[in-house]
Amino acid sequence: MSALGLFNYWAAIFLMMVGFYTLIARGNLIKKIIGLNIFQTSVFILYITMGKITGGTAPIFVEGGRDVVYSNPIPHVLILTAIVVGVATSAVGLSLVIRIKEAYGTIEEDEIEDESL
Amino acid sequence: MIEFVDVALLILLGITAFSIIRQQNLFAAVMMMGIYSLLSAGLFVVMDAVDVAFTEAAVGAGISTILMLGTLALVGHNEHQPQHRPILPLFVVVLTGAILVYGTLDIPPFGDASNPAHHHVAPHYLEESEHEIGIPNVVTSILASYRGYDTLGETTVIFVALVGVLLLLSLGPRPRRIFSNGRWITVAADDEDPSEKGAGDARVDGVQAPDEVELLRDTDG
Repeated sequence: MSALGLFNYWAAIFLMMVGFYTLIARGNLIKKIIGLNIFQTSVFILYITMGKITGGTAPIFVEGGRDVVYSNPIPHVLILTAIVVGVATSAVGLSLVIRIKEAYGTIEEDEIEDESL
Repeated sequence: MIEFVDVALLILLGITAFSIIRQQNLFAAVMMMGIYSLLSAGLFVVMDAVDVAFTEAAVGAGISTILMLGTLALVGHNEHQPQHRPILPLFVVVLTGAILVYGTLDIPPFGDASNPAHHHVAPHYLEESEHEIGIPNVVTSILASYRGYDTLGETTVIFVALVGVLLLLSLGPRPRRIFSNGRWITVAADDEDPSEKGAGDARVDGVQAPDEVELLRDTDG
């Protein structure tokens, strides 16, 4: 696995930047939330990559196994929490989008700015 | 073999993410978001994080997609062409990415068992949790026992999010659909319409709110 070097980290950074770009460059509010989700998932990939040990297996005890290498379970726990919290925040974001649509009749950022002037 | 699957999944993730941001039709973008979540769940299995993969497949690919589709049904699914040129955002993103890549040069190599991340409390959990907690799955032991307060905090966050969604979607005046001059039209919440009295149940019924409540409860575990 060491042949991979830093490829996983760079891939995670690429995905993170794709999400970041969507978040700051697109005016559509739903598209922004999609970008936020891409960003979140890239952070998950970064953490899970750090927990992997070459030749290791999932951290569930093998019956009678003495020389088994287990991957680090702590990043898994942190990311389990983060996934659920991520869905909770996007649910709040999406309901805000619904309210904005009701109030302004559009979910495009520049049109909302025009209307509120 | 694992390296091959890992690289293939990461490249597919990159392609999917790139086509999501190029997609103008939000419905298609949300469906591709489901594919993206499923691919990342596959990657988590390769990385030995089976519990995370399970949660990502259920919550990321399932519930998130349903929430987004529910929202799209209410707000429409066409994105307008962006008017301004994306030079500044592109510059910011490339600069941030370059700084992050520079930062990874100091990260210890991938998969090395002697990395500092594997040497604090992780060995204790792996060696002692079978005797201390008695559950074969170490992730469950940590989640429910060693770091039980984290999970309590997570539940609090979900509760607050639930209250927020309920307040946003159920309180305050909402636009209504009324039957006027032979057809249904939408009027703003504070508009008085004389023909409204005749149209008994003309309000938009709050279909979205109960849906989201149920879905959020499902994510508690």
